[in-house]
Amino acid sequence: MVIASSSTEEVTTRGPMVPVPYRVVAQRTELVDTQTLVIEAVGEALPHAAPGQFSMLWAFGIGEVPISHSRVHGARGAAEHTVRAVGATTRALCALAEGDVIGVRGPFGRGWDLPVAEGGDVVVVAGGLGLAPVRPVVEAILARRERFERVAVLVGARSPDDLLFADDLSAWRARFDVEVEVTVDHARAGWHGDVGVVTSMIPRVPIDPRSATAFVCGPEIMMRFAAAALVDRGFARQRIQVSLERNMVCAVGHCGHCQLGPTFVCREGPVYTVAALGSLLDVRSL
Amino acid sequence: MTVTSSIRDLLAEHPFFAGLPDADLDLIAGCGRNVHFHPGQLVFAEGEAADAFFVLRRGRVALSVHGPQSDEITIATVTDGDVLGWSWLFPPYRWHFDAHATAETSAVALDGACLRDKCDEDAALGYRLMQRFARLTQQRLQETRLQLLDLYGREHHGHRIVEH
Repeated sequence: MVIASSSTEEVTTRGPMVPVPYRVVAQRTELVDTQTLVIEAVGEALPHAAPGQFSMLWAFGIGEVPISHSRVHGARGAAEHTVRAVGATTRALCALAEGDVIGVRGPFGRGWDLPVAEGGDVVVVAGGLGLAPVRPVVEAILARRERFERVAVLVGARSPDDLLFADDLSAWRARFDVEVEVTVDHARAGWHGDVGVVTSMIPRVPIDPRSATAFVCGPEIMMRFAAAALVDRGFARQRIQVSLERNMVCAVGHCGHCQLGPTFVCREGPVYTVAALGSLLDVRSL
Repeated sequence: MTVTSSIRDLLAEHPFFAGLPDADLDLIAGCGRNVHFHPGQLVFAEGEAADAFFVLRRGRVALSVHGPQSDEITIATVTDGDVLGWSWLFPPYRWHFDAHATAETSAVALDGACLRDKCDEDAALGYRLMQRFARLTQQRLQETRLQLLDLYGREHHGHRIVEH
C-alpha cells in the first residue's frame, strides 16, 4: 500500500503505522540530558526528511515519541535526531548505544517553506532545544548561500552550559556571511556574550523586514513573543514560520491528540505561518 | 580628516532619544560627556552613588549580582542602542547591581543631578524623558518576566517531545 502524506514524498510502502528498524550508528552527548542519535536503516529505508519534518521513534518495549530531524542527510536511509531525556521513552532513547536498534515511522508533517525565503533576508530564531528542528534550515541556507541576502541566527538558551550545537554555532560564525547571536537567561563569570531573552535581539538584528522571512522554533511562549516582536519589526505574518509542539501519537491525523482548533499539527504542521495560525496560539488550553 | 561628533549629534542618532524636539536634545546634551570602557572595566558598582546614566553607542555591558558564595551572576546585558541605568532617577540614588564592560564600549554618560535639575525647571522635558524611561522599564520588566519563566528548563520539554 502506498499512502501519500502532506509532504511531497510517500511515507512508506508498508503503511505509516508500521515502524521500520533502524540501527544507531553514532551517538553524541550534546548536553547533560540531551543526546543526538545518528541512525541508518537496517533494511528498507524510509524516505529522507525535509527540514522541519519529524519522525516517530520507537524504543522497543517502552514507547514511541515524535522527534524532529536535527540534521537532514542526503543519503537515503540515514537520519539524525536530537533527544532530551524527559520521560521513560526519551530516557531509553538517550541510553542507546551504537548498534542498538529502534523502530522508526515517518517522516511526517509539513516542514519549513525555504523557497519562499529565497531572494530576501532571513532570520532564524531558536530557543533551547528548538535549535534542533531549525538547524536543517540553517544548513540548507548555508549550502545555497547565494540564494539569500542577509542571514541572521538568533539563539537563546538557559545558560552557557545549556547551549546546543556549540560547535555548529562557532562554525557558522566563522563563515562571516551569517550573523550568529547567542543569548542566555543567566550566566556566571566567564561568559562574555549576551544575557537576556532571545526576543530582545529581534529589534536590532540588521535585516530588512520588508523582504525577510523568519523561522522560529522553541517553547510556545517564546515563539508567541518572538512572533509579536517580528511583527513589531515590520515582518509580514505570512513570512513568519513557527514550528509547533503538540502531543503527536499516530502522526497521520487519525487520533486527534495533536489537534489545534481546526488543524492537526502532525499533518498540516508542525510548521505553520503566523498568518495561518491566526489567533490560535492565543487561545488558552487549545 | 577626523570627524568628531558632538554629544548632541550622538544623542540625536540614538534610538532612545528618537523623536525628541531639538531643544530637548540641546538641554540634555549639556549634561553629557563621552566615556569609554575596556573589557572587564567596572562601569559602576552596587551601592555606589548613581550619579549618571549611560547611552550606549557600541559595545556591551553586563549587569551582575553576587551570589551566596560570591559567585558573580550576570542577569542582563545591554548593548548598542540601549540605555544603562535608572537609579539616578529616584532616591537614594544608589546602584543596585554591578556593571562591567564585556567588550570595548563607547557611551555618552549623562549626569543625573544635572538632568534632574533641568527636568525640574522644564516639566515638559521631564515628562518626555520619563515617558522614555517608563517604556524602557516596561520593556525590561517584560523581558525579566520571560527570563523568570525559565522557558528552556526541564518542565518545558523543548521541542517535539511531549511525554509524561
